[in-house]
Amino acid sequence: MLLALVIVAFAAALACAVLPVRHAPAVTVTAAAATLGLVIALVPAAAHGTVAEVTYLRADAVSVTFLLATAFLYAAVAVYAVGYVRLEHGGDDRYARRFCVLFNLFAWSMLAAPLMSSLALLWIAVEVTTVVSALLVALEDTDAAAEAAWKYVLIASAGLGLALLGTIFAYYAGAQVLGEHFDLAFAPLIAAGARLPHAPVLLAFMLATLGYGTKVGLFPVHTWLPDAHSEAATPVSALLSGALLATSFYAVARFYQVAVATIGSAIPRDTLLAFGVASLLLASLYVLGQRDVKRLLAYSSVEHMGILAIGVSFGSPVALAGVLLQVMAHAAAKGSAFMGAGVFRVKYRTKEMPAMRGGLEILPWSGPLFLLAVFALSALPPSGIFRSEFEIVAGGLASGHDAAAAVLVILVTVAFFGLTASATSMLLTRPARSLGAAAAVERGEPSAWMVIPVLAGVAVLVVLGVHPPGELTMLIARGAAQLGGSP
Amino acid sequence: MDPAPGVLSGVANALAALMLLLEFGMLRQALIRDQVRLYATQSALISVLAVVIAADRGLPDLYALAVLSAALKVVAVPYVLRRLLPGSVMAREESSGVAGSYTLSPASAVLASIAAAAFGFFCLGSLHLGNTGGLAIAGAMIFVAFGLMIIRRDVASQAIGFFSLENAISLTALVVAAGLPLILETAFLFDLLVAVVVFGMLIRAHHAKARSLSTADLTRLRG
Repeated sequence: MLLALVIVAFAAALACAVLPVRHAPAVTVTAAAATLGLVIALVPAAAHGTVAEVTYLRADAVSVTFLLATAFLYAAVAVYAVGYVRLEHGGDDRYARRFCVLFNLFAWSMLAAPLMSSLALLWIAVEVTTVVSALLVALEDTDAAAEAAWKYVLIASAGLGLALLGTIFAYYAGAQVLGEHFDLAFAPLIAAGARLPHAPVLLAFMLATLGYGTKVGLFPVHTWLPDAHSEAATPVSALLSGALLATSFYAVARFYQVAVATIGSAIPRDTLLAFGVASLLLASLYVLGQRDVKRLLAYSSVEHMGILAIGVSFGSPVALAGVLLQVMAHAAAKGSAFMGAGVFRVKYRTKEMPAMRGGLEILPWSGPLFLLAVFALSALPPSGIFRSEFEIVAGGLASGHDAAAAVLVILVTVAFFGLTASATSMLLTRPARSLGAAAAVERGEPSAWMVIPVLAGVAVLVVLGVHPPGELTMLIARGAAQLGGSP
Repeated sequence: MDPAPGVLSGVANALAALMLLLEFGMLRQALIRDQVRLYATQSALISVLAVVIAADRGLPDLYALAVLSAALKVVAVPYVLRRLLPGSVMAREESSGVAGSYTLSPASAVLASIAAAAFGFFCLGSLHLGNTGGLAIAGAMIFVAFGLMIIRRDVASQAIGFFSLENAISLTALVVAAGLPLILETAFLFDLLVAVVVFGMLIRAHHAKARSLSTADLTRLRG
């Protein structure tokens, strides 16, 4: 099943490259749906143990949690992209083909990363996500997209250079205990944790946190993120924000496990706490002053990645369960919000929020759904993010991190004001008819393809918030225990 | 005091020091094609170093790695870069914004890089892991490569800076992780090739939009 997971998206990319372009959307949607089905089928097995079928492929509760987030977004965005590409690039077969090939390759690399048993292959998968997604950003063929793509590929690759250095030091540490032919598999590394030399493991963790943290969007190495998210096509922004950042965070989490097993939890937790609080502080303040809706959502991503880092730093099982739930809920919420914002962009032909008015009246479905997605992102109940952040704060208080938990609550509240004030100005205002006929925007949805996935995302958020399925709860509990240090 | 290094480890340290000098050469070089040549030379030294370490420590995998690495970094990467860089730019580099792309004056740039190199040298050297001398030089090279990416304000030099950063990391891998399985090393190299192609395509895209390789005008997006 793991092999099938790695093959499907890659095969879809190849098929999109060779088949007539009119079949590409169907191929993409089918592959994405099949991938989601495969990942869901993996949940019961991963909730009870580790799945390892082929050399170098492995899935446990932590990796399947991240896979669920990516596979859901892959499926939702694949459907959304059918409408988006038709509306924005209708008739441009060259664009459609390139988009579908790169889109499937991007999903493939993000699905492959959590399935890798070796830290070296994990690094390679994350590097592939970078180069493929940079091409997807540049595909927009505007001056701004070329600028954003260059900044993204250079900053992220330099960051990944540091992560590779960290990976090499992890090998050095492992080879001292496990022998020269050690292939950097992280499970034996964690198991041998107590016997590993401390200095190289600490160095590996620090380099990996800063290096992969560049792709997670942690302050101060987040600078590529708002640009790439705002200049990419909306389906790409949704995948970047909801799935790519989490995939990179997964890599940080694996190094965190190794570090905790070797040098104890104090330094790794303090490191993540510092990165997390700084990212959350920066993002919540930037969210307040944004005019560009995609940039607003991009800073909200920095905020949520900060929350993930803080959650891991709390270390208690409740907080870690909250982190894993947050990975899935954030994917659904941010994906839905970006897809909703994309409908606004198509309708109003701008990304500037002050120019988008009367959304609830003009977009009868996308307007309310976007509002719900933003409320969910702001952690209002009954969304999954309310549950996950509640768990993280409760875990923080239970483990004696009162001050950090209080800071988290205050900064999340600041971000809440920024997000909801912007969203309400887009939605609950009167349409701009008074400004003259030229500015008037007609009522109606541009495409049903662009509504259904947002609806699905909001539904998932409610399910995660109100009553997550039993198997999923078990998966999260097991994943939290693994992150917390049990085998 | 540490014992004096043997002949082979002395050769290894000398090769690493030569690579660091070439890194400074790339920092100062005004023409893209010369930067690519320096990069190819530096990559060739990596392969020689791999052979030296293979002979020293009896690791046959490293011979294969040396051949693969030479095929890729000495032949394929420079070839791909020359093919992907717009020909008109290579012909008229004075106007393409590469020669004068310093954010600092050349003297300050070199002084800053020497300071960065010294910092990297002592940081990694103080860890005493594996071959301490080689690791310290790799640390210096990493910092100079970052300096190259920061100081030069044109996309070609920044890309070369990234590729030479990868060379510095390869050097680190050779001195502290020589036993890394060949299959992983091969995967790293393949990944580098993909990255080179993508960097080349993005450089083309940048040149098509900005009519120059300079990044001085990339100021619209500010994080």
